Amino acid sequence: MTNQPNFALSPADDWMRQMLFLPPRASTFSADIDHLHYFVIGTTMLVATGIFLAAMLLYVKYQRKPGVPRREVPHHPPMWFELSIIVVPLSLFLLWFFMGFRTFIQMETPPADSMDVYVMAKKWMWKFAYQGGPNAINTLRVPAGRDVRLLMTSRDVIHSFYVPELRVKQDVVPGRTSQLWFNANRLGTYDIFCTEYCGTGHSTMRGRIEVMDPAEFDTWVSAQRQGIALRQDMGGPVDPDELGAITMVQLGKKVASDQECFKCHTIDGSAHIGPTWLGLYHRNERLTNGTEILVDEAYLTKSMMDPMADIVMGYAPVMPTYQGKITAPQTAAIVEYIKSLEDDRIAQAPNPGPAYEPINTLR
Amino acid sequence: MAAEAVAATGHGAETGPGHPKLAHHYESLERQAHANRFGVWVFLGSESLLFAVLFASYAQYRDINASAFALASRHLNLLLGTFNTLLLISSSFTVALATYYIKKNNKKAVLTLIAVSMLMGIGFIVIKGFEWTADFNEGALPGRFFHLEGVPFQGGNLFFTCYFLLTGLHGAHVVIGLVLLTWAALRVQHNTASASYDLPVEIAGLYWHLVDLIWIFLYPLLYLV
Amino acid sequence: MNPSTPSAEAVATSSAPGVQAHPPPPARRLNYLNHDTSVKSWFLTLDHKRIGVIWLGLMVMAFSTGGFFALILRTKLLHPGPYLISAQEYNRMFTLHGVVMVFFFLIPVIPGIFGNFLLPLMLGAKDVAFPKLNLMSVYLYVTGLSFALWGMIHGGADTGWTFYTPYSTTTPSEVTPILFGVFLSGLGSIVTGLNFIVTIHTMRAPGLNWMKLPLFTWSIYATSIIQVLATPVIGMVLLMVAFERTFGWGIFDPARGGDPILFQHLFWFYSHPAVYIMVLPSMAVVSEVVACYSRNRPYGYKVIAYSSLGIAFVGFLTWGHHMFVSGQSTFDAGVFGFLSMLVGIFSAAKIFSWVGTMYKGSVEFSTPLFYIFGFFFLFVFGGMTGVAIATLSLDIPWHGTYFIVAHFHFIMVGATLMAFLAGLHYWFPLMFGRTYSERWSLAAAIMALVGFVGTFFSQFLVGNEGMPRRYYEYAERFQSLNVASTMFAYLLAIGLMLALLVLLIALFTGEKVEHNPWGSAGFEWLAACPPIAENFEGQPVVAEESDPYAYKVDVEVPHGS
Repeated sequence: MTNQPNFALSPADDWMRQMLFLPPRASTFSADIDHLHYFVIGTTMLVATGIFLAAMLLYVKYQRKPGVPRREVPHHPPMWFELSIIVVPLSLFLLWFFMGFRTFIQMETPPADSMDVYVMAKKWMWKFAYQGGPNAINTLRVPAGRDVRLLMTSRDVIHSFYVPELRVKQDVVPGRTSQLWFNANRLGTYDIFCTEYCGTGHSTMRGRIEVMDPAEFDTWVSAQRQGIALRQDMGGPVDPDELGAITMVQLGKKVASDQECFKCHTIDGSAHIGPTWLGLYHRNERLTNGTEILVDEAYLTKSMMDPMADIVMGYAPVMPTYQGKITAPQTAAIVEYIKSLEDDRIAQAPNPGPAYEPINTLR
Repeated sequence: MAAEAVAATGHGAETGPGHPKLAHHYESLERQAHANRFGVWVFLGSESLLFAVLFASYAQYRDINASAFALASRHLNLLLGTFNTLLLISSSFTVALATYYIKKNNKKAVLTLIAVSMLMGIGFIVIKGFEWTADFNEGALPGRFFHLEGVPFQGGNLFFTCYFLLTGLHGAHVVIGLVLLTWAALRVQHNTASASYDLPVEIAGLYWHLVDLIWIFLYPLLYLV
Repeated sequence: MNPSTPSAEAVATSSAPGVQAHPPPPARRLNYLNHDTSVKSWFLTLDHKRIGVIWLGLMVMAFSTGGFFALILRTKLLHPGPYLISAQEYNRMFTLHGVVMVFFFLIPVIPGIFGNFLLPLMLGAKDVAFPKLNLMSVYLYVTGLSFALWGMIHGGADTGWTFYTPYSTTTPSEVTPILFGVFLSGLGSIVTGLNFIVTIHTMRAPGLNWMKLPLFTWSIYATSIIQVLATPVIGMVLLMVAFERTFGWGIFDPARGGDPILFQHLFWFYSHPAVYIMVLPSMAVVSEVVACYSRNRPYGYKVIAYSSLGIAFVGFLTWGHHMFVSGQSTFDAGVFGFLSMLVGIFSAAKIFSWVGTMYKGSVEFSTPLFYIFGFFFLFVFGGMTGVAIATLSLDIPWHGTYFIVAHFHFIMVGATLMAFLAGLHYWFPLMFGRTYSERWSLAAAIMALVGFVGTFFSQFLVGNEGMPRRYYEYAERFQSLNVASTMFAYLLAIGLMLALLVLLIALFTGEKVEHNPWGSAGFEWLAACPPIAENFEGQPVVAEESDPYAYKVDVEVPHGS
């Protein structure tokens, strides 16, 4: 580990940080947030204590003494008092608002040249995919000092991606993509917590983010991608659990070929025994029972596991089931492969985001 | 104790059978009427917010699925919907007339007008029933049951979810309105509501007007997209 | 105001004068509690005072249930890993803790007990505007609670009290009965609010104009407006979730084009004003208690009165600050953040006014005032952490962590509960005609306060550290703060149980008082302790120069310090 930047905080700063139990700072946002934190919380403590002390003082000064008569002096708060109890807090609150909003806008606006990483949250794990590979489960490696943007969606319920040291958090919602960006500037490994309740495994849905030296990160990524190429050259079957070593799209193509899907499905748009895979994803298909469905991940998965259930109109019910023949990661890889087969000729409707099979709760 | 209360409030003449009952904690009928009237207005405010939730949901989903909503709306029976609107508006008019005539103590007119209003309200419900039956048969249903020809699933199913929630909640309120009108009619019949204490008719009338007003918002949003 | 002299109406025990078969029992003054002791007279009572007492019983039950769950949760959290209960049980318990405490305790507690008991007394009326609706409110609550309990017994929901979709629409746990229970209780809340609004508008005694109203009334009025306008929204939204669960209508289901964020908007549109339903009544109590024990007019009557309305109004505009990281646009977030800053100003103004009430007053220390002192610190601290969280960038690390949990417990427990206890001790003599042991009630208060601060201050810090909320298991480094929090939680529980015990004992054996032991100038104290069933003899009239804070010279206060 060379050239780790100097992260020494000033003694006062670090003392405050520790008194408030704030975690170490690992991103370019952390210092700004912490300093505003000190200002706001410090003022809060002072004001609350001050008001309490004022109350104590008034109590002591105006304590009732038995036998001592007191004549009521009608008094109304003077105008300066009434104005100041409005103006002073308001000015303070608005100052905090402006300081906070400024940083907030920065945190919500990723720089144009950020490195994108796709995040998929599902009960109860995190999946990460870099453009061009590799993929990973639960461990996210990022280069220090570079802007990284996470494009996140959920497969089922709302989750939330949170790394305390980076001071970043964003909800991960099914049906839409949310984003989060950061620039990690401190090497190390930090926890990723899910911060939106999502069921039994919510508290164990933990990941790890490894902030690596940028040169080491680049080496790691290219090694991963070379590993893919190497394995393909060697021609052997790819272990589907080695998801970290190959893109899902390439794996999907491999598995589809091994399972002889191309015997019935073409990938160039021509009609054959089964529907063509070109442009299949997000096509509106009519089924034999007359209903219309949108081809999404759920439908593709179901078609492989239970092909007799929802057959596209005009096709014979001859597809075998692959339940038990291919593993879940392999199924997902085929889905990703089909998704990658876009047809330029078809006008693309705006992508409404991945859909999912709702869990049937009617017992 | 009750006698003392009445004596203390000093208007035994107005109580008894055939006259509105003064509750023990009010010192006069005017105050009781005022409180009841005020309460109804507060209640109507509350009811408006109940519908506001559904309107907000409708607005959000229509914003996302504008064309699907328009397509789906075509499948509603515009003729029946418009006729229903006219029914309800007319019934509001007759109810308003009833509140006018009760102040003139014209018992017969009031009862007739309430009956006519109720008939129109019942007619509204019946026609709604026909509309819903047609929707069931066509497959214009909410959520996962949606299978209407010619309308995309995305957006189409949401339109009908909103449609059934809105018209269902509204229909329930029409029924409540009918119950209130019945109650008002009975009070008029038994002379516990009259020109001097027209509150029951007024309350039923106010509620009916709210029900009508909500429909006046519903109709264009659902039928005239 | 012409007071009703608490006439000593001796009960005649024999019908034939001069003939006494038994020695006459001691002359017992008839009051609202003892004039009819049949079971039917309680179950079908239309007396607002009895209804207030019924609410007290119900609230003790609800709080004990919610508190019981809390203690189990905190015990589990002594250990970072699995311990004592399973993850599923934990998830259900924190949900039920939240549901019971929010919907079945905090929302109804002060309006149900004190609003009902005091409002007609303070207004010089015989009862609320709609006594039958008042009773219906109680039964709606009881029915709702029964549904929720039924759901609890069958396992209970595990969604959190916020019921976020699509988790709440797809989890197999028992959600629908609990939704329905909350719906019914909410209906009762609307009815109560409606009742109070109409009562305040139409049943004031002659001469009692708005600017002479006790400040308690102003706050209850603002609370009732929120109840009437906001509660229908949550009712409808929860009904929609129930529909989606039962019929699969997919209103919030992304697979059918539904929007989970729409649920959040609709939910928080109620639930943010709901926190003002919970806190405004506590402010109502503070105004009265401070004025009485300082024997002084509240410093800035109009400020306190109008700021209640301000909170009610602006409170409706800030709901999006619960959703800063949910996925709304940066612009929307900014608007909500800005508006959230405004709502804090009203509370700030009130604090200064309350503390200023002691200025040039004649302050007597007592248990209620001790709770109020606690309130001063905790409400300011809790409230300002609320402003802190509303500061957008700070919310990003804090959202969904124990910092948020600590913030709202500071306000809910530290402010609302403390104010409730202050009010309970203050009005206890009025409600039951007895006083309690000052020494023991103070001991309980100190325990509760220390326990409270320890429990939740630790949670601010562990939230800063990064511990998310609703976590069954947590990272080891969070353990020491969790242990601290749990230890203090036991102290808090003991303090509260002691406080309850002191009052229970006082109910049966406390020293009897007849009339206004605190020397308060509040209108409600012109009734006897306890009041007669009709509240006052005849119709009170408010004279031009009188008001509920007319403290003139020092008088010998019957209940000595």
